[in-house]
Amino acid sequence: MKLHTVLRVNGEDRDLLAPASATLLEALRDALGFTGTKRGCNHGVCGACTVLLDGRPARACLTLAVDVGSRAVTTVEGVSDERGLSAVQRALVEANAIQCGFCTPGFVMALTALFAARPRPSRDEIREALAGNLCRCSGYVKIVAAAERLAGETK
Amino acid sequence: MNDSNRAIGASPPRLEAADKASGRAQYADDLYRPGMLHAAILTSPHAHARILGYRLEAARAIPGVKAIVTGADLQGPRSGGIIKDEGMVARGKVRYVGEPVAAVAAVDAATAHRAAAAIEVDYAPLPAVLSIDEALAPGAPLLHEELGAYVKTVDGGGRGNIVFETSIVEGDVERAFAECDAVVEGSFETQAQHHLYLEPNGCLAEVDAAGRITLHATCQSVHHIQQRVAEELGEPMARVRVIATRVGGAFGGKHASNIHSIAAWLARAARRPVKLVLSRLQDFEIQRSRHPARIWMRTGARSDGTLLARDVRILLDGGAYADESPPVLAFALLMSRGPYRIPNVRAQGQAVYTNKLRAGSFRGFGNPQASFAGESQIDELAAKLGMDPVALRLKNALRPNDHAFGGQPVPSCVLRECLERVREAQRAAPPLPPLPGTRRGVGYSAMSHVSGLMGTAATVHLRTDGSIALATGCVDIGQGSDTVLVQICADALGLPIERVSSAQQDSDLSPYNWKTAGSRSTYMTGRAVAAASVELRERMFEHAGELLECAVADLELRPGGAIGVKGVPKAVTFKDIALRSLFQAGGPLVATNSFVFDGPRFDPKRATIHRLAFANLGVYTFGAHCVEVDVDEGTGAVRVRRAWCAHDVGRAINPGSCEGQIQGGFVQGMGYALTEAMQWNEEGWLTTTTLADYKVPGLLDAPAEIHAIVLEDPEPMHPVGAKGVGEPSLVGAAPAIANAIWNATGARPRRLPMTPERVLDALEEKR
Repeated sequence: MKLHTVLRVNGEDRDLLAPASATLLEALRDALGFTGTKRGCNHGVCGACTVLLDGRPARACLTLAVDVGSRAVTTVEGVSDERGLSAVQRALVEANAIQCGFCTPGFVMALTALFAARPRPSRDEIREALAGNLCRCSGYVKIVAAAERLAGETK
Repeated sequence: MNDSNRAIGASPPRLEAADKASGRAQYADDLYRPGMLHAAILTSPHAHARILGYRLEAARAIPGVKAIVTGADLQGPRSGGIIKDEGMVARGKVRYVGEPVAAVAAVDAATAHRAAAAIEVDYAPLPAVLSIDEALAPGAPLLHEELGAYVKTVDGGGRGNIVFETSIVEGDVERAFAECDAVVEGSFETQAQHHLYLEPNGCLAEVDAAGRITLHATCQSVHHIQQRVAEELGEPMARVRVIATRVGGAFGGKHASNIHSIAAWLARAARRPVKLVLSRLQDFEIQRSRHPARIWMRTGARSDGTLLARDVRILLDGGAYADESPPVLAFALLMSRGPYRIPNVRAQGQAVYTNKLRAGSFRGFGNPQASFAGESQIDELAAKLGMDPVALRLKNALRPNDHAFGGQPVPSCVLRECLERVREAQRAAPPLPPLPGTRRGVGYSAMSHVSGLMGTAATVHLRTDGSIALATGCVDIGQGSDTVLVQICADALGLPIERVSSAQQDSDLSPYNWKTAGSRSTYMTGRAVAAASVELRERMFEHAGELLECAVADLELRPGGAIGVKGVPKAVTFKDIALRSLFQAGGPLVATNSFVFDGPRFDPKRATIHRLAFANLGVYTFGAHCVEVDVDEGTGAVRVRRAWCAHDVGRAINPGSCEGQIQGGFVQGMGYALTEAMQWNEEGWLTTTTLADYKVPGLLDAPAEIHAIVLEDPEPMHPVGAKGVGEPSLVGAAPAIANAIWNATGARPRRLPMTPERVLDALEEKR
């Protein structure tokens, strides 16, 4: 049995017809076409599916779509606009912090939430904010460096 | 040309970085097609069992099921690497828990999984062998009764449960040990490590109205997958097209094809697109691991520290199918001497079948296992000799024009510089106090590796406006080869990288490339790109000579896409040349270069080699690591605080990418050293099937400081001097950490991963 829900994704209301058991990750990827949100482990560990619910990071794979309610969902597609990449995305690109890129949308979302809350985070605050996101390619050094550079630029 | 304009040596953002950062990059699971079916795989619940039959009625009766394949459908020969012992699903027998037995395509993923579960398979369970000892025991149950009859491209002496055995011998080991003043001897064990690329393996298969198959795959070679799928489906390769998607990491784990034929078979049967993407659990169960190894080693030296002899025996647990076991074993032996001048070495090895997931190719390819043992013994020997471990390494380090184990000449070698650079950098760093309640240790390792192997090619086309279209078969698996190859091409032609396009790999269009593996892309495909670009340049010079009415010798390349007359401003642009070639004379300008690794090889006069699993190898690269660790002697917990990793890259095409490879490889090696282990229970079930059970380093586990030191010593055979850096950075981590634990506590863990329990055991053993 499928349920009808309205999800507010990246500022637009989207009709969703999905089983009650559908996760937000399944809803975003399979039903609504937001494939930037990645399925890395489907188990809440890797962080590749990180999205924002009312601005706070959440695991889309551990969130039921019907539980989202009126909260605003932001995916990686919602942080860049027609004008181009967001400051967080640009920082990662310019610091050579992106290798295979599969974890990148999750890091973008975690950093977007961090910088919205604290425009000039310390190194420890950056490390803490990214502790739930796995990257297998970079050893994390350039990801943290990108965030630190952005923190230094942010007035 | 002004050096600051050159494309080589710069670190521009990756060509595809913005696509990845914005979420637009398309990985296999991001592809959807109208009418697309989803596939699900039924796996074996037995470690070893005979398949008596299949009952498919219940599965077929489920609405929405469109195709089913089982081993009963497979008629052709078996497939595989050097030993053709495998198939896309099990045939006749299952040989590990998790082995694909059947697969279903259905209208949605839930229906496919329900139908796969509804397939009934009748099994007659057989006794299983789950360890190297059980596999080699007299009267052990045999995994492959037909081993003798399988097709093999190299006969590796396989018999019983032995997949392959090989040896390399130089000098006289027995006599040399008699002359040694200090000898160390010991056994080391390493575990199964999973690649844990963040993107699980997957593909999408489509079939056109004429039955031709197109497969979109996350992979390390479109040409390899094309060949494997064509073989398994009984189609000519011309009827199978493979296109690479973006690859979310691979590290060797997407090196050999396994799931692709299943998707293609189902798509052909259903005549509809089929997506097959593994869950993380199935990716753990059916992909591959690094070979677990048991290594016995003995090393001896004179009292002055001159290394004289090493004797080593390596046993690899290859799991249920041969896959890459033969070359991994041979490479482990080749690396077992370490990067040292040791005149007498005997290395012998066997890889065996066991009823577990097959082991295969993984970043380092046998070298991490051999180097963990070898570099641990160098420190033990230094202690016995009363020498500083770095001094012992420096004294015996290979030098330019020495020979590698097996007799291959090594014209360039900066191992001593690597060791000196990491030592100096660690000493010069501001002191970092140990964590409360811990002891600080500093450990070193040195390593060599190889960059090369097999065949590759590149094609460059001049387009109408003077832009360049570059095509290679080298799949960028996240390490950055697309960007590096474009930089090499742009540099040869004096263009900014924006004027060179890089073609997505497609078996219909891309020149052949063996695989993205063996740290070979920058070295091998880079060489082909450089040579093809130079050839195109020469042909453009001929056109420019005609257009400018002057001798080619009087022309020069100008930055930004022009060729001019030396000493005067007169010039023609690449566009002028393109238009002339397209519409007036000569035809479209295109240059291709292709080759097989053509460098120095083994020397039968220096070494006796039995059954080497590869025909050629590559050029040698060198590196050294230094780590600071803090060991809590109460809990056994080990924290890596800082690392310095120096690697010889020949020439850094993209220094930022080199650093990224080094830092990422170190942390993957740290996971191998400390936390990562695939484990099976006594019935052969994998018990570490989620990321909660299989611990890869997170950001807070990794040291905040990993200093990548990129050393450049141009490789003479490469037009721009480059060598590969993909694998070596992983190799040095585990032995450096083991040596640092020893330096801190005097305890020597000899098993990986060095968990707190094992560190406590080693501390206990010391007391």
